[in-house]
Amino acid sequence: MAELGPLLEVVLGGLMSGVLYALVALGFVLIFKASGVFNFAQGAMVLFAALSLVRLAEWLPFPLAFLLTIVIMIAVAWAIERLVLRPLVGQHGLILFMATIGVTFFLDGFGQTIWGSNVYQLDLGIPASPWFLLESLFPGGILVSPIDVFAAAIAGALVLALSIFFHSTKIGRALRAVADDHQAAQSVGIPLNRIWLIVWSTAGIVALVAGMAWGSKLGVQFSLSLIALKALPVLILGGLTSIPGAIVGGLIVGAGEKLAEFYIGPSIGGGIEYWFAYVLALAVLLVRPQGLFGEKIIERV
Amino acid sequence: MLATVTPSPPPAPIAQRQRAIGEVLLAVENISLRFGGVRALSNVSFDIRKGEIRAIIGPNGAGKSSMLNVINGFYHPQEGRILWKGRARSRMRPHEAAKGGIARTFQNIALFKGMTTLDNIMTGRILKMRASFIEQALYVGRGRSEELRERDFVERIIDFLEIAHIRHTPVGKLPYGLQKRVELARALAMEPELLLLDEPMAGMNLEEKEDMCRFILDVNEEFGTTVALIEHDMSVVMDISDRVVVLDYGKLLADGTPDQVRDDPAVIAAYLGVAHG
Repeated sequence: MAELGPLLEVVLGGLMSGVLYALVALGFVLIFKASGVFNFAQGAMVLFAALSLVRLAEWLPFPLAFLLTIVIMIAVAWAIERLVLRPLVGQHGLILFMATIGVTFFLDGFGQTIWGSNVYQLDLGIPASPWFLLESLFPGGILVSPIDVFAAAIAGALVLALSIFFHSTKIGRALRAVADDHQAAQSVGIPLNRIWLIVWSTAGIVALVAGMAWGSKLGVQFSLSLIALKALPVLILGGLTSIPGAIVGGLIVGAGEKLAEFYIGPSIGGGIEYWFAYVLALAVLLVRPQGLFGEKIIERV
Repeated sequence: MLATVTPSPPPAPIAQRQRAIGEVLLAVENISLRFGGVRALSNVSFDIRKGEIRAIIGPNGAGKSSMLNVINGFYHPQEGRILWKGRARSRMRPHEAAKGGIARTFQNIALFKGMTTLDNIMTGRILKMRASFIEQALYVGRGRSEELRERDFVERIIDFLEIAHIRHTPVGKLPYGLQKRVELARALAMEPELLLLDEPMAGMNLEEKEDMCRFILDVNEEFGTTVALIEHDMSVVMDISDRVVVLDYGKLLADGTPDQVRDDPAVIAAYLGVAHG
């Protein structure tokens, strides 16, 4: 029983950080599902949202800064729709993807230009000292970080809300229609621009939540933008179109890399954590290209 | 050089089909459309009357599809105006055209490939659904009753077009001819006043063509839907249309009944070696 303690702690810690990966992946899935665009800028949006929040909170009460950041993220969504997506309606997915890479670098640079490029502390008022659970069962108990628990709870609520949003028959159908074929969607009367604005705004708010969770853990700084790279294996595992897939993918990646580090790490010198997820994703790609939860790709040739 | 047949008054009903052709539903006036230096349409005017089947024909690159794209708002002409039910509309976007009662199909089928036949056709009902987001999301109250009511409507279209057997098949898996039919079904689900069909019979075998002809005629007769179609098959055009517009190099070449158009020297010249009808 005693040796189970560390294992549980590793798994639990892994799952918790998996939730954080899932939060970022969620933003990708949202936009891909609804507009067929692989939005590389999701990580930059996380950084931009977190920077806006942390700097606004320096001279505004926190709730006000939070609301203002939401407004800013909606404005960013509006600008992206108006200046980037609208002129590219009907273009190939790869072109839209390239456009989002442009948006990524712009947001990274612009965010740091207006908000500064230091490391900023984001204090959400969550106790920093870890909790120890089940101390009666295991010597020393199981260490859990309150921030992780908080992030997991928020992620759960977000996923529930988004799932309802997407599975509502009319809206869900409209979103899938837009993702499938822009012109056809417009021709049946779906206002493309409004749908894109709604979806990108939602992704912006998801980015804000992810930015808060990551920012309070690591500090708000440029490297937040790079967690987008960590979301890629999660997306490959979970499938680009599945919200539950993003969550499960995140959990698998989180727990998997911690377990690999714990068990295999010592024998080959560590550092597995940094590449394990990508190798796992590669393996999944070979067996199930659409991901564990993705829609099967249908193509008649 | 290009003789133009003056637009005739509504033609006398063709023997097989009795239909009341009403006033002008849509008129395009002096439409010019350019892409950079390329003139896709030059000074084109014609009208579409309520209840008629109007064909738009012409050689490849004549500007037929551009014309449809102008009518349903994908393209905005640099010159000219479009009168919809007698009122000029300015820079109408496609979803607004849809709201106004214009539905269409596409030359290269534009279906939602990942969705089933049923879901594809249901998208045609999106404009008719009025329940709020919350009702929709929780599938209660109006959200539920509306979904069931629209589903019922769509089932009738499915029966009408004889595609009940593929109701739950993802459309990406369907053969070409059936995809074209699902696309027509989706457009019909919008209960349009004007139905634009871009080469509804392209790439079909004879049997499929006959089916499609029958469906178009039935739609026109039973629902009184006005149809404007682009078609290359001359025998089809001559058989089912009331009036024909001929475009060539973006210009109006002729406009009249099938007989008038067929005998037009300019049309014969443009079509020499192409026409079968």
